[in-house]
Amino acid sequence: MGETPVAVVSGLRHRYGTTLALDGMAFEVRPGELYGLIGPDGAGKTTTVRALAGLLEPNEGTVRIGGGDPLDPRSGVREHLGYMPQRFGLYRDLSVDENLRFFGDLFCLDRKTFLERRDRLMTITRLAPFLARRADALSGGMYKKLALSCALLHQPDLLILDEPTNGVDPVSRGELWDLLADFTTQGMAVLVTTSYMDEAARCSRVGLASGGRLILEGRPADLVAAFGDAVLRVEPGAGASTDDVEATLAREGRAIEAVTPLGTGLRVVVRGDDADRITARLEETTATVRRMTPGFEDLYLARMASTSTGEGP
Amino acid sequence: MTDAVIRCRDLGRTFGDFHAVRDVTFEVPPGEIFGYLGANGAGKSTTIRILCGLLSPSSGHAEVAGFDVAKDPEAVKRRIGYMSQKFSLYPDLTVEENLDFFGGAYGLSGRTLRARIDAVVDEVGLRSERKAMTSSLPGGRQQRVALANALLHDPRILFLDEPTAGVDPAARREFLALVRRRVQAGATVFLTTHYLDEAEYCRRVGLMVAGRLVALGTPAELKAAWAPGDVRVLRGAPTALGGAVRPIPGVLAVQSLGGGIRIRVEAGRLDTVLAAARSADPDVAVEVAEPTLDDVFLAVVQGGDR
Repeated sequence: MGETPVAVVSGLRHRYGTTLALDGMAFEVRPGELYGLIGPDGAGKTTTVRALAGLLEPNEGTVRIGGGDPLDPRSGVREHLGYMPQRFGLYRDLSVDENLRFFGDLFCLDRKTFLERRDRLMTITRLAPFLARRADALSGGMYKKLALSCALLHQPDLLILDEPTNGVDPVSRGELWDLLADFTTQGMAVLVTTSYMDEAARCSRVGLASGGRLILEGRPADLVAAFGDAVLRVEPGAGASTDDVEATLAREGRAIEAVTPLGTGLRVVVRGDDADRITARLEETTATVRRMTPGFEDLYLARMASTSTGEGP
Repeated sequence: MTDAVIRCRDLGRTFGDFHAVRDVTFEVPPGEIFGYLGANGAGKSTTIRILCGLLSPSSGHAEVAGFDVAKDPEAVKRRIGYMSQKFSLYPDLTVEENLDFFGGAYGLSGRTLRARIDAVVDEVGLRSERKAMTSSLPGGRQQRVALANALLHDPRILFLDEPTAGVDPAARREFLALVRRRVQAGATVFLTTHYLDEAEYCRRVGLMVAGRLVALGTPAELKAAWAPGDVRVLRGAPTALGGAVRPIPGVLAVQSLGGGIRIRVEAGRLDTVLAAARSADPDVAVEVAEPTLDDVFLAVVQGGDR
């Protein structure tokens, strides 16, 4: 999609006291894109999101949404932006419907527009049967969906969600990602942050963040395809144990990138060029070896390792 | 009598009229990493606190290391190591001072305590940070201090309550490697997590939903039982592909991905489904994928009891 980006973040640097939270964060989000900003706690995700939402003035760098500066109240950026922070402030003692009405009023929606949008959002989030329920009586997943609906009432061009799936059960997580994918097919741009590496596959494009900047960016399928290592699932043969497998692997030295337990066997990350040879060697010991699809955590850790040893991007 | 080191039968715990844990039955044999999995509020921490002798069960029976947790919680506590979600460390004490303090609480003192502190500091790789203020350490290092604490009295059974929450992936892997080394040395580990990919590390996994243990087995067994069929990733237009595939009988699950969809299909139905996908998007590319514990969790929650 060659359209003009909805959001442009460039050269962001920001310090909290002695902590460098952002150190050259830069990326773009285009219309219809589900962009995942992914990284562990402390990678700079929330600081970036706060800068995008106009809640924080970065020490250096610029943020543009629809060409406007979110820090400038006259830019009209807020009208184009839906923002769901980690703790979305719903009124817990108001009902689902009352919360929606409150946000409808905030965005100055007329009654007819409000009702149309409310009903559509309640249908797609499947919250319609719970309109009269108090917000504090909703489950975690339902609460998130209500927060999402409130952030969407004014039909923003860009929806920003900060760790919406953190601590949410896997079923609700799955539903939320499906909803976000739906929105983007209608042209909305969505920026999501998450610390769950495996959620990268749900995004149309991802930026993996570490130390306040991106260390890897691209379409998930392309990133996995370009990954130079192979991931092997190794089950020890009859009468053998994972210790025996590890003894075999120990002789391979630097070809082995990582070994972790995996159920009754091991998960072994090896350099791609060595995968066939190591597989053959393991099979000689009667172990069963199967190639697995690498995960985004593998990509992340490999990139971290190559960055710290100076091999560069 | 089996030689299980953890044994629960019909275990239950209520808080007022809320059933945090109900009718939970399982056993953990020695030398196993047992993963206890579920969303926030599913009853994981309540179970772990009962097993550690910190909370009495409302019903049922639990034994750890051969001792009844309700009748003899002190005997249980002496034999287990417990690491809680919020690493209960004193931030304004150094690493060594924390270990010294907790060692005293375990009844260790003098030369024995010194020797144990040396041993655990080496085991978790904190030798160079002994004199560091705990609050000055990054999350991953604090997590190691908490683990060192739980290992001070050299327990044979370790309870780890969401030990990797909020820790970065590199530290998480290193931590799990430390845990694994303990297991290779003969310890048994009971760990809770809400990261489904982390549960893949465990030899066996129990899945908690709303206070009940609804599935139990090795990751491979759970996948075979709850998420059977063929898993494929179809690369192409997600909306068109999803629309074409969803209504076909035998399609068990459809997930949207960036630039495609992921489907799980009943055995024998794949050809029909792929043909439909190709007529919706002639350029579709098909990749073989594997079921995950996410699929299991979804199937368990949607399918109810089996």
